[in-house]
Amino acid sequence: MDILLAIAIMALGAVVLGAALGFASIKFKVEGDPLVEKIEAILPQTQCGQCGYPGCKPYAEAIAKGECDINLCPPGGMEGVQRLADLLGREVKALEAEEKPKQVAIIDENTCIGCTLCIQACPVDAIVGAAKQMHTIIAQQCTGCELCLPPCPVECIHMEVIPETLDNWKWKFPVIEIKSAPHDSAPAKEAA
Amino acid sequence: MLNKLFKFYGGVKPPSNKTLSNALPIVQAPLPSRLVVPLHQSIGGMPRPVVQAGERVLKGQLIGQADGWLSAAVHAPTSGTVLEVAMHVRPHVSGLDSLCVVIEPDGQDEWIAHGPPDIATMSPADICNYLQQHGVVGLGGAGFPTHGKLTATPAVPMAELIINAAECEPYITCDDLLMRERADDIVRGIAVFRDMLKPQSVIIGVEDNKPEAIAAMRAAVDAQNEAFSVVAVPTLYPAGGAKQLIRVLTGKEVPGSMRSTADMGVQVFNVGTAYAAWRAIGHGEPLISRIVTLTGNVRQAHNVEALIGTPMNELLQLAQPHPDTDGIIMGGPMMGFLVPNESAPIVKTSNCLIAHSERLFPPKAPEMPCIRCGACARACPHELQPFELYWHARAKDFGKTQQYNIFDCIECGCCSFVCPSRIPLVQYFRFAKSEIWAREREKKAADEAKTRFEFKQFREEREKAEKAEKLAKAAAAQAAKKAAEAAAAAAAAGDAPDAPPADKAPDVAVDPAQAAKKAAIEAAMARAKAQREAAQVKNTDDLTPEQAKAMADIEARRQQAGIAEPATTTETKPE
Repeated sequence: MDILLAIAIMALGAVVLGAALGFASIKFKVEGDPLVEKIEAILPQTQCGQCGYPGCKPYAEAIAKGECDINLCPPGGMEGVQRLADLLGREVKALEAEEKPKQVAIIDENTCIGCTLCIQACPVDAIVGAAKQMHTIIAQQCTGCELCLPPCPVECIHMEVIPETLDNWKWKFPVIEIKSAPHDSAPAKEAA
Repeated sequence: MLNKLFKFYGGVKPPSNKTLSNALPIVQAPLPSRLVVPLHQSIGGMPRPVVQAGERVLKGQLIGQADGWLSAAVHAPTSGTVLEVAMHVRPHVSGLDSLCVVIEPDGQDEWIAHGPPDIATMSPADICNYLQQHGVVGLGGAGFPTHGKLTATPAVPMAELIINAAECEPYITCDDLLMRERADDIVRGIAVFRDMLKPQSVIIGVEDNKPEAIAAMRAAVDAQNEAFSVVAVPTLYPAGGAKQLIRVLTGKEVPGSMRSTADMGVQVFNVGTAYAAWRAIGHGEPLISRIVTLTGNVRQAHNVEALIGTPMNELLQLAQPHPDTDGIIMGGPMMGFLVPNESAPIVKTSNCLIAHSERLFPPKAPEMPCIRCGACARACPHELQPFELYWHARAKDFGKTQQYNIFDCIECGCCSFVCPSRIPLVQYFRFAKSEIWAREREKKAADEAKTRFEFKQFREEREKAEKAEKLAKAAAAQAAKKAAEAAAAAAAAGDAPDAPPADKAPDVAVDPAQAAKKAAIEAAMARAKAQREAAQVKNTDDLTPEQAKAMADIEARRQQAGIAEPATTTETKPE
């Protein structure tokens, strides 16, 4: 009799807990993969496709699935690789391509024939213009992805490194300058 | 009047070196050979240039229009010709250029028509606007546009208006001399601020190492029958920090997260700002000059009234620097910096130029490891933990530095001053701060790029869907048209050949729909044929026999060579 009671109690417990878990899995269901979002937050969102995926999100998804390496994003640089490695607990690898300073595309407006091909290629709609009208780039919104360069039939687009101005100037990491020590005065100073 | 004074945490007592330059009166600096006036001299929007090269400007004429609310106008410091509006070096640690108006003085120093406004008829908003148009900004160091601080937070009654005359940095004596010589105008300027903010009390805080200035201010306050209290505060660096001075004078602790002290019912202005405000309101003069201390490794340290835009090296010559001078420090030795380019101009916030020499400022011995002695934490006036901040800033762990409230750091330099390992702590904090700002900018740009990319994808999808829908619609219309045609054909077929089907083929006659379809197909084929014929080349119709023969020969050759297919050639053969 006792054993039946014990079984009944355990069964009841199992049913209650099972119901609670089932409820929780519906109520607190996570939409999408949170890891993909975290990876995407690290990626620079240039949408350049240099990683071989059509945009940053597909690359993030591929990383999350473990399909590809974490060192395929040149605009993210070595720092991006480092942060991805920290997030995913993977080994830091050297970047596949060389790191470039941040750039912006410039259209030579005298040469532009208004073919709209670059407008179609720009992933972030940072080029304005119309058919047979001069095009120009909204520099603030250009991610420097270089996707507009190949389609241009007259090669009127080139990349320029963003110059350092007072708005984007940064304090440098303090380093100790290596200087040759003045030989004569050094001992005197030590003594003082 | 006796005020109870309070103490702020930490602080240091560096040698003040103020007696070097406070013995001589203020001297008017002579006109320099060239004035380079940077347009961006205050916090906020960059003023837009309103003059062009070649234009003659008068002293006090507007040359840079304030851009937006948080911005202040810039004026020509003397009369002369605008040489250019171009990029020139700014007095900034980076040594980078910014847009400047270069003026060649004509030596006449001719004022533009100006005069005091009728302040009695002006609303507070008008006065704010007036100060903005006259380029009045905080002269204490940060250069915050003054009109931006002259509106009280509506919910909080203004308790104290504090005038910051502590001047705690070593070497600097410009506020000291200003108070000694021009106390009346300062007090009038304070009265303007008082009328606008309507505080319960006005306190002028002066460090007790300036007894002459305190006496002069007290005399001016008494002479004008004002109820301002001039309070001597103990000399302790950085008593001139806004939050520290508030603490000392009122006992109020400003929370780190609070952006504006007006939310606590306290507002702080520099004493020089009050003077500049009165020059604007009482005399109609825009801010075009300021008192600058020239000191350090010089023969005759003193204060000068210099025009904004005067090149630093030219100005420092007035104090006769010793030959071993090897640089200029702008600001004090604690918070100032060695200017990378000595031809950089004086701006509204340049309070002091110190001639640098190795004798005066011996090079720092190399940095040693942090021994976690905690001296920096005891010296920090904001009660931060510089050694922890240093650790995380060095490791570039910026999240942690923010957890340790790096943005509360005022970069006063107390921690670096007391560090026994001579670690340039403030440099690490500046590095961390600007790196965090840069990251925030990048993050913002990345987020924007992401939304734009996603929108483009969405738009492309939508366009594709729209196109597909259009095609489907067109196809449906085509089908309907065909059906109608077929029906018509069927009707025709049903009309005329009522009799023939019977004898023609009884097996086909069954399905009129199929017949209609067949008819439609035939009609379409006929149309296509007609089209093809219309498109066909028609110059082979009437040929002479020779021509026909020549063509036949050619075709034969082509066939032999295997170029043309026999089928097509036969078709085009004119037979």
